Amino acid sequence: MAERSDLRTTLAVAAGRGAAWASRALRRGGGTNIAGVVARRVAPDVLRQLARRVDRGVVLVAGTNGKTTTARMLAAILEHADWRVVHNRAGANLVSGVTATLLRAPLPADVAVLESDEAALPAIVAETAPRLVVLHNLFRDQLDRYGEIDTLARRWREVLGALRAPSLILANADDPAVAAVGHGLAAPMVTFGIDDPSRASDSGAHIADSQFCRACGARLTYTIRYYAHIGVYHCAACGLVRPTPRYRASRIVPRDDQGSELTIQLPAGPLTFTLPLPGLYNAANALAAAAAASELGVAPPVIAAALAQFSAAFGRLERVDVAGRPLLLALIKNPVGATETLRMIAEAHPVAPHLLVTINDRHADGTDISWLWDAEFERLAGSVARVVVSGTRAADMAVRLRYAGVADERLVVEPAVAAALDALLAAPADVPLVALPTYTALLDLRRVMTARGWVRPFWDD
Amino acid sequence: MQRALRIAHLYPDHMNIYGDRGNIIALTQRCRWRGIAVEVVGVQPGAAVAWASFDLVFFGGGQDSGQALIAADFVRRHGAELCAAIADGLPMLAICGGYQLLGHYFQTHTGERLAGIGAIDAHTIGGDRRMIGDIAITIDGDVLGGGEPLVAVGFENHSGQTYLGDGVRPLGRVIAGHGNNGSDGSEGAVVHHAYGCYLHGSLLPKNPRFTDHLLSLALMHAGGDGALAPLDDHREDAARAVMLERLQPPERPARRWWPIRRS
Repeated sequence: MAERSDLRTTLAVAAGRGAAWASRALRRGGGTNIAGVVARRVAPDVLRQLARRVDRGVVLVAGTNGKTTTARMLAAILEHADWRVVHNRAGANLVSGVTATLLRAPLPADVAVLESDEAALPAIVAETAPRLVVLHNLFRDQLDRYGEIDTLARRWREVLGALRAPSLILANADDPAVAAVGHGLAAPMVTFGIDDPSRASDSGAHIADSQFCRACGARLTYTIRYYAHIGVYHCAACGLVRPTPRYRASRIVPRDDQGSELTIQLPAGPLTFTLPLPGLYNAANALAAAAAASELGVAPPVIAAALAQFSAAFGRLERVDVAGRPLLLALIKNPVGATETLRMIAEAHPVAPHLLVTINDRHADGTDISWLWDAEFERLAGSVARVVVSGTRAADMAVRLRYAGVADERLVVEPAVAAALDALLAAPADVPLVALPTYTALLDLRRVMTARGWVRPFWDD
Repeated sequence: MQRALRIAHLYPDHMNIYGDRGNIIALTQRCRWRGIAVEVVGVQPGAAVAWASFDLVFFGGGQDSGQALIAADFVRRHGAELCAAIADGLPMLAICGGYQLLGHYFQTHTGERLAGIGAIDAHTIGGDRRMIGDIAITIDGDVLGGGEPLVAVGFENHSGQTYLGDGVRPLGRVIAGHGNNGSDGSEGAVVHHAYGCYLHGSLLPKNPRFTDHLLSLALMHAGGDGALAPLDDHREDAARAVMLERLQPPERPARRWWPIRRS
């Protein structure tokens, strides 16, 4: 039986690799999805079989925001430690994409670091029996696809309940919904959290999704709020408290739009380094990655060295050279992430930047753009010189900016992405350029930039 | 001189998940652009409300858990008085979950009936199918105080199917999308100056004529004549035109790409 199963897995791998090759040859894309679909058709248990060939186990990274960057940081740390790492760095995070990542990788490997789509996490957990699951955060996102976050949290909890030690759940103590998911399960939970009161803010407080106690429904009391519902909280009614984090970011000092100086408290002692990515949420991503690496046994100096030379994931505050000038490329996809990005842009630039905001409403973006009204575009009103809006919902984005207080004469509507990029590049040479695309808009932008020879295709990234 | 407009925003921390905050942004900005003073007051669970002190009430949609936390407070604490205020002509806009709570009850899958306040003769049945997508409706001109019909656009995302009692006027007729229940072509409801519907999007910034109608009613409620200076709405008109073009493509002869009929 074992031999037959092996044979079937081998066939599935060959079929999947063939499909990926054909997809690329036909210029249909990177073939990251089709390979998984084909292989699973040949052998439905192919992911289960492949996951067993990862010696030290599978690490899953899940959460609404920051999972791509956190997974990439963790993979970078483990590679720096000379582990053989499999990683879905092109962002294929559904079951088919995760399958494709493993079947295209040289196995056996030491570890697989896989970011997982929120809705796909239950299936991926069930099939990969992960060694470590990183639960980063849960924010409202694409309600037409994912449903409400309470529903997601319930599904996560059900599937994670089947895990046993040595599987470990590493959860964000600062997010009450995520901390509740991992609380009291059979597998042990360890937490990480921010402990720097100087970074408190009221950013996105009106879109805090999980500000009511999971145990009793009363309003949580926040002694520190970092953004949205992320912070240090307790319930005065029933006594629920934020878990005490084993890993803490005790000092976060922003350095404009260049990055942050970070001190992370590990059980072995403090770790200080400069993270070359700006934004409070990137500090949280680095904290999560450092905590995961530490739980996997990586030595602290290796963690610091890898993070200090980290480069951004595709479109995640990535600096791209376009026609000889820098462009900051930052994916926006839901209100909390977008609000944090807008806050960073408004605070970090001494010279008023020119912006390109590209809003698509295709399936992978979420077809509902109501979330634009929850994101704090008001932060741009006093701090941008010009905004070009594009994408399938360019006209709606123009309406959003009008109501956010951006003067009409500063708005340019250009639905076509290539023409919109040209309009952005018409800015005077000393003006900082920022592009904020939704997911498929990021792919569209990337395609234009690839065709012009400015960047490589994303699947080669 | 009329006093500042006062808008009550019901349970803003519990009922806020579908971007309905854009409605508050639209109402307040369109007042500010015209020099009309406006104040928005969030109503939290447990708070006493003097309904007569408000000129407009807004109630958005929330997560099921959020709605469960506030439903009893809303129905028991405010039900009778808010119904009376609506009968007296208090302007109100309720979206999705807020709309459902203005009806008599919501019936869950298990047959349990969760009470609403009964301001609108309507009830909602929990369904298995989620009605999700862009939606366009026609609102008769007289619902908006006169003039041509308005084609309003938004985004719906609900599984509850709302059925109106005989004699309750729908807010509009569905052109594209599902509407109240996916079967009778109606969307929303109008009772006195209270409007309920399923349109997120957000509704008011996308459909400024509806917004201005609500503001007119609110100004009259505050003792004014309801007159509003015109604003330049070409951005809103352009966005609505893009969506309507998508939802109502010009008729084209059907072309079959495959010569054999597929069953």
